Amino acid sequence: MVQPGSIVGGLLGFLGKLGASVYFLGEILRQSGIGIARPRLVVEQIHNAGVLSLVIIMTSGLFVGMVLGLQGVDALSRLRQEDILGASVALVLLKELGPVVTALLFAGRAGTALASEIGLMRATDQLSAMEVMAIDPVRRIVAPRFLGGAISLPLLTGVFNVVGILGAWFIGVYVLGVDNGAFWSQMQEYVDPEDIWEGIFKSAAFGVAASLIAVFEGYNAVPTAEGVGLATTRTVVTTSIVILMLDYVITAALL
Amino acid sequence: MDNLIEIKNLHFKRADRPIFAGLDLDIPRGKVTAIMGPSGTGKTTLLRMITGQLRAGQGSVRIADGDGMTDIGTLDRDAIYRLRRRMGMLFQNSALLTDLDVFENVAFPLREITDLPDRLIRPIVLMKLEAVGLRGAAGLMPSELSGGMGRRVAMARALVMDPELLLYDEPFSGLDPISLGVILRLIRETNDVLGLTSIVVSHDVEEIARLADYCYVIAEGRAIAHGPPAELARSESDLVRQFMAGAADGPVPFHYPAGDFARDLAGD
Repeated sequence: MVQPGSIVGGLLGFLGKLGASVYFLGEILRQSGIGIARPRLVVEQIHNAGVLSLVIIMTSGLFVGMVLGLQGVDALSRLRQEDILGASVALVLLKELGPVVTALLFAGRAGTALASEIGLMRATDQLSAMEVMAIDPVRRIVAPRFLGGAISLPLLTGVFNVVGILGAWFIGVYVLGVDNGAFWSQMQEYVDPEDIWEGIFKSAAFGVAASLIAVFEGYNAVPTAEGVGLATTRTVVTTSIVILMLDYVITAALL
Repeated sequence: MDNLIEIKNLHFKRADRPIFAGLDLDIPRGKVTAIMGPSGTGKTTLLRMITGQLRAGQGSVRIADGDGMTDIGTLDRDAIYRLRRRMGMLFQNSALLTDLDVFENVAFPLREITDLPDRLIRPIVLMKLEAVGLRGAAGLMPSELSGGMGRRVAMARALVMDPELLLYDEPFSGLDPISLGVILRLIRETNDVLGLTSIVVSHDVEEIARLADYCYVIAEGRAIAHGPPAELARSESDLVRQFMAGAADGPVPFHYPAGDFARDLAGD
């Protein structure tokens, strides 16, 4: 049986961690001036978190889009509404699947890389050495990585959406014979700017959350091989849960 | 005596385990001072208090600043960062930045803290690397260096901002005899030639006897003995004698505290 004490303890631990990460976010934002003073550092991290994630994001986007095309035509043909395939796929991708799936993939690809990199720097005293050299590791190491991640995720989401829509178009129009004109015109008709903004807002929030969790876990990793491994695992688990919870909260607030 | 650092009545606890309980210790300016003691006596913790990474629970760690002494524990973050520019530290595992080559590792503090142009950074870095005998290794990555070479690069990096105080955390551990000789010579020469003050934390008695001008032995949270190494070797204290002679048993017991052995074996 679950002890009530352990539930309270777990809850307190969670709240403690939430508080610590919000405090850490404040610290990072205070040191984020480095993004303006030395934009190169952030650009490097956009490359690491963003450009290097492109392959996995595009491949996943393509297949998600293609399966949406298949399922969409199958479901809509029962209602004799294949013409709205373009609109329905675009809405699903822009509002939900795009931001959420990209964020989950981002946690697996870029979040783990961030957490283990920073965790290893902690374990090998590199962060300590910087402190002693009078160089603030939050400013020099953490802030550029956080900014790079937070900027990358919305951009990756855009790429995911575009590739996804093209995948659905390829299957729907090219393979299954949905009318090409209807595919695009219905999309134009039913997708409003607010839908696009909703997706951008979500992916921006997910970018901040996913990057914060990754750098927080890495920075606070126990400085052992096991500790770094644990930090990496926790990054993926925590990010996944937080993304899905945030998704519900944001959707409920916006609708 | 002219002291660079004075530590008075220092208390520090980690998770209820007392590390220091009334430690008094002075670091004389211009000398190589060794801090020795069995593993786990908080030697590294002491270095972290001198660099302001940890704060004392009670007592003071003061450093000479202009005409007076400043208590490191009372400084705010900016003041501690300013203070650290006067220090260099050599970590036990070198702590080189693994994604930068040797040259860039040594140049790192200059690039981060100063606005010096490349044409000035280059000769400074090459001079420091030449001093530790590794100018030829400037293009290597840290993963391509041996332990001794890594430590010499870390030393060049610690010297690159021309500090007045150099801290060494276990500089001799895990080195072959040749690398050991090189490091011993480098510590002595940089201290004397550049007029630095050096603190060497170590438990390698022989090396310390060859190197240090003055020596503290820490155990049970206090400095149990201090003096020039030759004097310590003649100490009356059983604990100091055990430590200096490297005896397995003595006041520091060989056995970790445990219950009765026969009863333990019998499974009671």
